Amino acid sequence: MSFLTYFQYDFVWYALIVGTLVSLCSSLLGVTLVLKRFSFISDGLSHVAFGAMAVAGIVGLTNKTYITLPVTILCAILLLCTGSNAKIKGDAAVAMISVGALALGYLFLNLFPTSDNLASDVCKVLFGSSAILELQDYEVWISVALSVVVVVVFVIFYNKIFAITFDENFAKATGTKVNVYNLIIAVVIAVIIVLAMNLVGSLLISALVIFPALSAMRVFKSFRSVTICAACVSVGCSLAGMLISIPFATPVGSTIVAVDIVVFGLFFVIGAIKGAVKK
Amino acid sequence: MKKGSKNFAEDCEKWQLISEDLPKDDEQEAQLAVTDLCCGYEQKAVVSNVNFRVQMGDYLCIVGENGSGKSTLVKTLLGLNKPIGGSITTGDGLKRNEIGYLPQQTDVQRDFPATVWEVVLSGCLAGSGFRPFYNKQEKTLARENIEKMGLVGFEKRCYRELSGGQQQRVLLARALCATRKLLLLDEPVSGLDPKVTLEMYELIEKLNREDGVTIIMISHDINATLKYATHVLHVSDEVFFGTRDEYLNSEYIKRFAVAGGVE
Repeated sequence: MSFLTYFQYDFVWYALIVGTLVSLCSSLLGVTLVLKRFSFISDGLSHVAFGAMAVAGIVGLTNKTYITLPVTILCAILLLCTGSNAKIKGDAAVAMISVGALALGYLFLNLFPTSDNLASDVCKVLFGSSAILELQDYEVWISVALSVVVVVVFVIFYNKIFAITFDENFAKATGTKVNVYNLIIAVVIAVIIVLAMNLVGSLLISALVIFPALSAMRVFKSFRSVTICAACVSVGCSLAGMLISIPFATPVGSTIVAVDIVVFGLFFVIGAIKGAVKK
Repeated sequence: MKKGSKNFAEDCEKWQLISEDLPKDDEQEAQLAVTDLCCGYEQKAVVSNVNFRVQMGDYLCIVGENGSGKSTLVKTLLGLNKPIGGSITTGDGLKRNEIGYLPQQTDVQRDFPATVWEVVLSGCLAGSGFRPFYNKQEKTLARENIEKMGLVGFEKRCYRELSGGQQQRVLLARALCATRKLLLLDEPVSGLDPKVTLEMYELIEKLNREDGVTIIMISHDINATLKYATHVLHVSDEVFFGTRDEYLNSEYIKRFAVAGGVE
């Protein structure tokens, strides 16, 4: 079977479309998360999404987004917006919520098994396995709609996101409603994570968010160029990862992340050379 | 000095009311008037009984030992913290969110990928409201302030690659985009070498003298304070506020002189 024959199948196209959109969205806020030292929040939230997914499976919902999306958004708001006032501070709260959700999710899956092959079910949710290749029509539409919303929100609030990321106190002191924008960022992150569950699974989502941003930051120097570069890197890596994984039957999520790692290495070297040349 | 939560809520309400209704009956209206201010965290007062008034064109230095609550006071003045008691009122055409702020550098900014232009322009954000992008006027303002700070040619340079003094000037240009009236500077020269420190002080003085920008500066540097300031606020267990000359004749200066050394 030649490589091109894969493109006869709808599911391959669905996977490519959703994969591209999801990776575009996830890279956009990556820069903000990395710079605000929030890298772990995406990791924590993805575990929350796993827990919610398990519960949704038990309840018997065909479209699990109905449960995972609101639960993840709620946790994102809790983690990002309580901020410095919380009794349990930042990283500890993230760790608590994330492992808690992971444990409860697995516990529920064991208590109320929905299929005979539990291990494979869990693996699918955690690593995405081939879920991206089994997308239904409505799932594609939901992904497309949510992606468009994420991109539009990001573009509209781009300047605000920059100001808040660079210097939250200054923005607040000069009258920007920082809390509102933090809330928006939290909600958008939650949406991205739920979207990315299908593509790479809940354990690997952080990679999708963080690697492109880190790669771009090695080489580029303005916020705008870093954001654009991160988006390109992310989409490129995801497409490459998917196109490699389909014919070679490797797991989609981990292949994409592997490509991301290679690209990060490349950018790291380029950045180092650039720095050396300047000196 | 713990107050009941009801009192606190009332105080907050009062404070909000006052800051909106600007007093108009003064001889010369103060840009910023602070009355019996008590600030701190979670009801624990760090500084109390702060009283001072700043008029247009003043140069106020806030001095005090480490841990005396200067930073807490600044955060409260900026509205980042709620005051526990007392009031902060603005007047003379100054709005509460028109206080330009030069913060101490944060860790985030040390490896932040952003150009000088992006940072300076972000100072215009507050004025842009719900509009998603900056308009021509705001861009012109940013360009003017870049010029004023002597940063022409640096627009495309990366903020994190600049020297400490240049970074401070970038942040000063950003603060000027947010206000033309009052600047609050939090230790603007910390970490700068003597030559750059002097340049920074002269730049600030120029803004004060030529552009009529009111300056409130937190400072460790007692000599600079005495050289440039018109008024001094000394924060410690007791709070002193007066003109520079009054301060020179007070006993507070002696305490500082023993600790810090006055030339």
